[in-house]
Amino acid sequence: MAASFVSPPTSPLVGFLGSALLLSSFAMLSMRRMASLVRIFALQGILLTLSTLSVALAAGEPHLFFSALFTLAFKVLLLPILLFRLLERLHIRGEVEVLLNVPTTMVVGLFVVVFSFALAAPISEMANTVSRGLIGVGLAALLLSFLMMITRRKAVTQVLGFLGMENALFFSAINATYGMPMVVELGVAFDVLVGTFVFGIFFFQIRETFESFDLKHMDNTPTE
Amino acid sequence: MALASSFHGSLAIAISLLQMAFVLFLAPLLYGWIGTVRAILQNRSPAGILQPWRNLVRLFRKEMILPEGHSPLFLAVPPLFFSIMAVAALLVPFLGTSPPLAPVADAVTLVGLFSLARFSMAMAAMDLGTPFGDMGGRREMMVAFLTEPATLMILFTVSLWSGSTSIPSILTSFSKGPLPFHPSLLIAAMAFILVFLGENARLPIDNPSTHLELTMIHEAMLLEYSGPLLALMEWGSMQKLLLYLLLGIDFFAPAGIPRTFALSGLLEGGILLLGKLFILGALLALIESLFAKLRIFRVPEFTALAYLLSTLGFLLHFVLEG
Repeated sequence: MAASFVSPPTSPLVGFLGSALLLSSFAMLSMRRMASLVRIFALQGILLTLSTLSVALAAGEPHLFFSALFTLAFKVLLLPILLFRLLERLHIRGEVEVLLNVPTTMVVGLFVVVFSFALAAPISEMANTVSRGLIGVGLAALLLSFLMMITRRKAVTQVLGFLGMENALFFSAINATYGMPMVVELGVAFDVLVGTFVFGIFFFQIRETFESFDLKHMDNTPTE
Repeated sequence: MALASSFHGSLAIAISLLQMAFVLFLAPLLYGWIGTVRAILQNRSPAGILQPWRNLVRLFRKEMILPEGHSPLFLAVPPLFFSIMAVAALLVPFLGTSPPLAPVADAVTLVGLFSLARFSMAMAAMDLGTPFGDMGGRREMMVAFLTEPATLMILFTVSLWSGSTSIPSILTSFSKGPLPFHPSLLIAAMAFILVFLGENARLPIDNPSTHLELTMIHEAMLLEYSGPLLALMEWGSMQKLLLYLLLGIDFFAPAGIPRTFALSGLLEGGILLLGKLFILGALLALIESLFAKLRIFRVPEFTALAYLLSTLGFLLHFVLEG
């Protein structure tokens, strides 16, 4: 196992920010209150910005500075503000409802991390970026957000899981290939923004139809 | 013999005795210091650093009242607990990187000693069959069942640098140069703080100063003890707290621990160590003043978090630090 895991050492700062991002994914899994979940999402945005900056500095890739700026604008400021307003207007204050209890989710998350580190090891060997060791971390964060979408009941938590997945994808792209082309990055950022607006409208529709955000109601929707 | 390979018999014994005396003497003082800082932070007037010593002396003078129906186990556990901690004091290097007992100073041995102490304490608590002792013993084991594997994972994470779980060789591998900023060690240190709070019955898990029946864990186990036996148990717990702090210093802030037992280095290293303990004690008091006690059913979440962090640190070492 050890041999397939080993990848070249990453610069400590880049490595630390990457590990902090992974921890923030776990924090999202363990949060019980909806508002703290949005705060952790904003924190993850800050970590993503800092980690993009640190990769930009370590690799000397100037275009990554713009990516960091977009991340800051979209994921730290715009999306959390939108989400907070949404929570306020929908009067969502309660606790997150889980299908699996939190300690179990954590243990499952640990297996997800082992799996993604093992899976990413060969990819890391092929990449030639300064932070290639972090591809596994990105993959793990992606799968953890996915796990969050699977194990949470309410629609809002699913959207946060989705946004977390987008963060993780962005992070993986930066560490594997120094980011996608700027056009793609901008496109994805706007997609996510529009997506959040659509979800917001969708939430109101869900509430009007079912008077609840629990997604289990959608299983037996009449189909005509 | 393999023991005391680098020391001659009498010197080895002298250093061992010095180490043990240091821990025995300092442990109540550290307790007093934590209590003082807590009192100041909470706007109470502190009882002074010497208060735990005064309590111990008073307890040793008191008569011993034995509960009805106790078995020999009940009498045997306090001396056993106390001596386990005193032996553990010889295994944790803090005055020099290789103490006389270096060949047996293995981190796994140390964890084994601590769990033997915990097991015997829980058994003694259950010995009388009183509901509180029973409850305390069970709760203690509930906290331990995840902090113990977490402790082991932390040990494995720090031992990845030296390739050995022997504490002196871990220390030597760290003292080769200034320790850079390693993600795996930082995460292991976070896990260690959580484990430390859980293992020593500190605030988010257990309130060390409560005797409120339904919330206590550690105190519930000592409820039937009195006089000298209680003093031994309490002194042992104070030693455990100090030993955990010393272990944390060894793993995460080892700067300044002298390599040899020369007199000048010993003084300098000792002062530095006292300074570190001073700061850590104040930080512990701060943590205890900031957080409320967790509901008992949230404790497994806390310990699961400690285990999660320690394992993540271990895994990240391979991915990031090769």
